Amino acid sequence: MNELLQLDLLASRYNYYAVVLLLGIGLYTVVESPNLVKKVIGMNVFQTGIFLFFITLAYRTGGNPPVVTEGGGPYVSPLPHVLILTAIVVGVSLTAVALALIVRIYSEYGTLDEETLEQLYYD
Amino acid sequence: MIEHLPVLLVVLPIVGGTLPLVASFYTDRIGWYVATAAMLCHTVLAGLLGWTVWTDGVVSYAVGGFAAPYGIELVVDGLSVALVALVSVVSLGVLAYARSAGPRSNAFYSQFLLLATGLTGMSITGDVFNLYVFLEITGLAAYGLVASGREANAAVAALKYLIVGTIGASLYLLGVGYALAATGTLNMADLADKLAAVGYDSTLVLTAFGLMVGGLTVKVALFPLHTWQPDAYANAPDTVSAYISALVSTVSAYALARLLFSVFTVQFLDAVPVAQWALLGLACVSIVAGSALAVSQSSVQRMLAYSSVSQFGLVVAGFTIATPIAVVGATVHLVGHAVMKGGLFAASGIIERRTGATTVGGYAGMAARTPLAAGSFAVLALAMVGVPPAVGFVGKWYIVVGAVEANAWPVVAVLLASTLLTLAYFARLVERLYFAEPTIREETAVADGGDSPVSTGMITVVVAAAVLAVALTAAVPAIEQLLETLPPLLNQ
Repeated sequence: MNELLQLDLLASRYNYYAVVLLLGIGLYTVVESPNLVKKVIGMNVFQTGIFLFFITLAYRTGGNPPVVTEGGGPYVSPLPHVLILTAIVVGVSLTAVALALIVRIYSEYGTLDEETLEQLYYD
Repeated sequence: MIEHLPVLLVVLPIVGGTLPLVASFYTDRIGWYVATAAMLCHTVLAGLLGWTVWTDGVVSYAVGGFAAPYGIELVVDGLSVALVALVSVVSLGVLAYARSAGPRSNAFYSQFLLLATGLTGMSITGDVFNLYVFLEITGLAAYGLVASGREANAAVAALKYLIVGTIGASLYLLGVGYALAATGTLNMADLADKLAAVGYDSTLVLTAFGLMVGGLTVKVALFPLHTWQPDAYANAPDTVSAYISALVSTVSAYALARLLFSVFTVQFLDAVPVAQWALLGLACVSIVAGSALAVSQSSVQRMLAYSSVSQFGLVVAGFTIATPIAVVGATVHLVGHAVMKGGLFAASGIIERRTGATTVGGYAGMAARTPLAAGSFAVLALAMVGVPPAVGFVGKWYIVVGAVEANAWPVVAVLLASTLLTLAYFARLVERLYFAEPTIREETAVADGGDSPVSTGMITVVVAAAVLAVALTAAVPAIEQLLETLPPLLNQ
């Protein structure tokens, strides 16, 4: 019985699997991909994993949207939503700065490949 | 007015930062004046706030009138006010240097003020998520400033900094998520109570500690997470490397201390010795590896950058030991290092402009051609090694005494060895400056230095930094008294 309950618990937490998967894929892309644009995409995927983690935290079974109405609670927690709205804005600004830097690097060196760049860079 | 001081410190530079951009439609040379006016006001406000904390103790401010723990709280105690004052003074110094050293565009000064906003915000916030936001504001401004160098490799260095820095800040954010899941609050003081109630051995709390501290060590640039730092410091314009090396890692190390003392508290370190030893181990590895890498560099600016990796190892070790005397030492070294390292970068900028020398070999015999800059460089280098009566000595001494008190003998050995290692890379540079035959001929130097003259203002800043590196020793008792406003520390 107890084991069944645990299996059930594991099966119902699929959001967290998605979080781990996104964090892993994101980090792997940042480290492994030689292409600078793909590194930035990896960084975005990594951050999306964190966003999903926060939104999952806010969820509660049978909860209503946090808008006060006649029916009343229980409500899902609105706080993580607000935090993630802010974090998304931060993420967008970071992506913008990163892409602007990549445009400059490409116009100067004519490549987006990290290894080629490394050779040019240390000359 | 007076009760709004904490929030004004953040609002002033961020509003000031928008003005140069708007003014760009009319004129392109107004940025410096706006930045200087904003930072002068910032200094006055920081002074007033310092006086309030000195006389009345901790100041707290509810942003927008939403009371803590629901709203965002700004908390100013002795440690944060010391950091705010440091940000003001160093910013003014860097502005005086930038007057003729450039860059001169309005956009540069907007980013400069944005960086000051982020640093001030990080110093006074009492909310862990708000800390993340200010961490990213600091980061964004710093990436832009590093990229403002004329050569394209500045953009490469900035992109590297951006990717590593963002991963670090994101790990911190993930840690905030774990702390939120464990306690349901984001306010630092409230977290301290509720984390204790949850239990320090809870997996959620331990994971939160690991991720938040790990994320911040990337920003502090402890070994092996320092890889972004030497490129960023060496490829940015002199003004920017002086500013960033003096403040960005410094304020991140402060944030780490804030987490240790105000969020997780020393009871956590007491209850989970593994956390304390892991952080101490990281700090010690950083001290040794940073020094070893610094010794092997031929470029002076890269050597100074690796030296920061090692010095921040010292500071983090002091904070992690967490006895009152070690914390005083770490704070003194944190403030002292900011003045010394900023001054060293500024001096190396002047020496490069005057003589064209950028490598350890090139520094040979350059003291005769630029006596004031070389003299200040030598004083700052010796202060960094820890020759009394300079501030570098006092900080290291207190940290070592703290480590002895805590019976952390391996740490004591590393701390003492670090002084020798610091001597190894600075002494050979000072020796070259004064006692070696020049390897760079006069004519090439003039050709190199012709288009970027050195102004009296720049020299004054460097000399002032050297004087301050010695004079700060007199301020140690004041810092000791300010730190009495901190939450209780370990007594051993």
